[in-house]
Amino acid sequence: METAVRHPDIKKILTERGLDGCGRDIWTKRLEEIKPSEVEWALSRKPGYYVLDRLLLLVSPAAENCLEQMAQIAHHLTLQRFGKTIRLYAPLYLSNFCVNDCVYCGFNKSHQFPRIRLTIEQALADAEIIAAEGFRDLLLVSGEDKNFITVDYLVTLAEKLREKFSSISVEIYPMQTNEYAKLFKAGIEGVTLYQETYDRNVYAYYHPQGPKADYDCRLNTLDRAASADMREIGIGALLGLSDWRLEALAIGEHAQYLMRRYWKSRVSFSFPRLCPARDVDEKQFSLISDKNLVQMILALRLCFADAGMVLSTRERAELRDRLVELGITRMSAGSKTSPGGYSGKSGAVGQFEVDDNRSPAQIAEMIKSKGLEPVWKDWDKAFTDL
Amino acid sequence: MDELIIAGRKFKSRLLVGTGKFASSRVMAEAIEKSGTEIVTVALRRVDIQNENDDMLAAIDRDKYLLLPNTSGARNADEAVRLSRLARAATGINWVKLEVTPDPYYLLPDPVETLKAAEILVKEGFVVLPYINADPILAKKLEDAGTATVMPLASPIGSNQGLKTRAAIEIIIEQANVPVVVDAGLGLPSHAAEAMEIGADAVLVNTAIATAQNCAEMAFAFKLAVEAGRIAYLAGAAEASQKASASSPLTGFLRE
Repeated sequence: METAVRHPDIKKILTERGLDGCGRDIWTKRLEEIKPSEVEWALSRKPGYYVLDRLLLLVSPAAENCLEQMAQIAHHLTLQRFGKTIRLYAPLYLSNFCVNDCVYCGFNKSHQFPRIRLTIEQALADAEIIAAEGFRDLLLVSGEDKNFITVDYLVTLAEKLREKFSSISVEIYPMQTNEYAKLFKAGIEGVTLYQETYDRNVYAYYHPQGPKADYDCRLNTLDRAASADMREIGIGALLGLSDWRLEALAIGEHAQYLMRRYWKSRVSFSFPRLCPARDVDEKQFSLISDKNLVQMILALRLCFADAGMVLSTRERAELRDRLVELGITRMSAGSKTSPGGYSGKSGAVGQFEVDDNRSPAQIAEMIKSKGLEPVWKDWDKAFTDL
Repeated sequence: MDELIIAGRKFKSRLLVGTGKFASSRVMAEAIEKSGTEIVTVALRRVDIQNENDDMLAAIDRDKYLLLPNTSGARNADEAVRLSRLARAATGINWVKLEVTPDPYYLLPDPVETLKAAEILVKEGFVVLPYINADPILAKKLEDAGTATVMPLASPIGSNQGLKTRAAIEIIIEQANVPVVVDAGLGLPSHAAEAMEIGADAVLVNTAIATAQNCAEMAFAFKLAVEAGRIAYLAGAAEASQKASASSPLTGFLRE
């Protein structure tokens, strides 16, 4: 009983706070009632510490008038904690087969297009190209294709990739703790998994069937990853499915929960924003504006000084150039979001459309032009005992 | 100024410099130069230690500076030991700044794992400079284990808060038989001077230099502060008092 009190699980926390959708109207009303003076007060406090009520003020409509002030604080905080650096990584897509039916996703199983799975050799060929571009930080991505992208597949691949890459992480389907432990032992040290939306009803609508329809299983996935010792834990919501302000609050609670309970793992935030994908009807989503995306990034930075903040090539170049000064610590470059995309052999369908098509070298130059150092390597394979 | 001696090796400078967080290797190299340092620490995670052409490593003149690899990122003794061995095998350098920091946010050092790693590394012939919390008992235990220094933190790394652990560091200095290098949290030259004034043998600075507007000038300011603090310490600073005191209010009459 005592343990339960000390470590309430994330499901209970979200339910009690009404952040799994059940308190939607109450939160929305509270957000609307926030006055500029309250935001001013929040900004006058020491930055970098999380309290739900403070995050609430910073993501409020009233705070939209304080973005410059928030940006200044976020910039200085990021500079102090992370220095004048931006980490670079590349995604490697392994398979676009998927058993799920997510309404918004290009890999949706109902979509008719030629599916591709990379063999280990094909994946290594793509990885070779990524390494030649300078990357040492690799993110393995796949649809929910458990029969082909198995734990053994990932272990074998990771052990070979370790020769070229100092850091390997995964963004794939949820696994069990013992499976994550096998990956960790093979040199995979990070797991990113977005809840997509923390609102249960919205979640049910967008994930009608398949294993991903289980909201609670997904919510507990990062507990399992962290229990297996994973060092980097990436969380986020797919922005555009539900009200971003409420998603931000749920993300804040989820992050605090993970940080307190799995204190040896670093939590990072991603900000995937829904963008056009094949066969996806844009009209059914609540797309989020640039201004609000910036507000969300700044608000979370002001509450979590040491959290990594990740930006993909979903966003367009001009915006990415600005965001590197506003709290972002890690970004991808030159991404191909279809399996085999780097080798150029496949005309396969991507998960989403890449908006920033600049080469890794061009991104590195852009980062330097901002007075920051592009960091290709910030980990070492020697950390893992093989 | 008197020399700093660590593991029998003499250094004129009492300022150690870290290499993280700089905007470029060129800026870093300028700052190192202006700091007058002779010991430069490099995170093994950031560099390709086996590659001589590594951008950061290439920017550090190994004839001028002692390259001090550090185990930043290690969560336990095993990882720190493995990294140290790798660095020695690749470079022949047997000095290591031992950092075991299981919590990724405040990067506070784990006393149990640090001591464990230090014992192993000393036995294997490493010159070990351990990063520790300002814990006098741990400092003595590490000294007993054979470390070359102890490196207590002034405040959490990168925080620029200054000498928050002063009272404990004063005890460490009083009791130490090895050099005490105050590491982490020194945000201003005056913080570094304060550490030197209370008798620290040296200080290590990184964030305050790397994230300054002008890194080279800030490095130079730290150099001067460290020298001033050392000279003040050697000169025997007068004790501070709560009240002003006239020269001899009670016994002045005796001179008459």
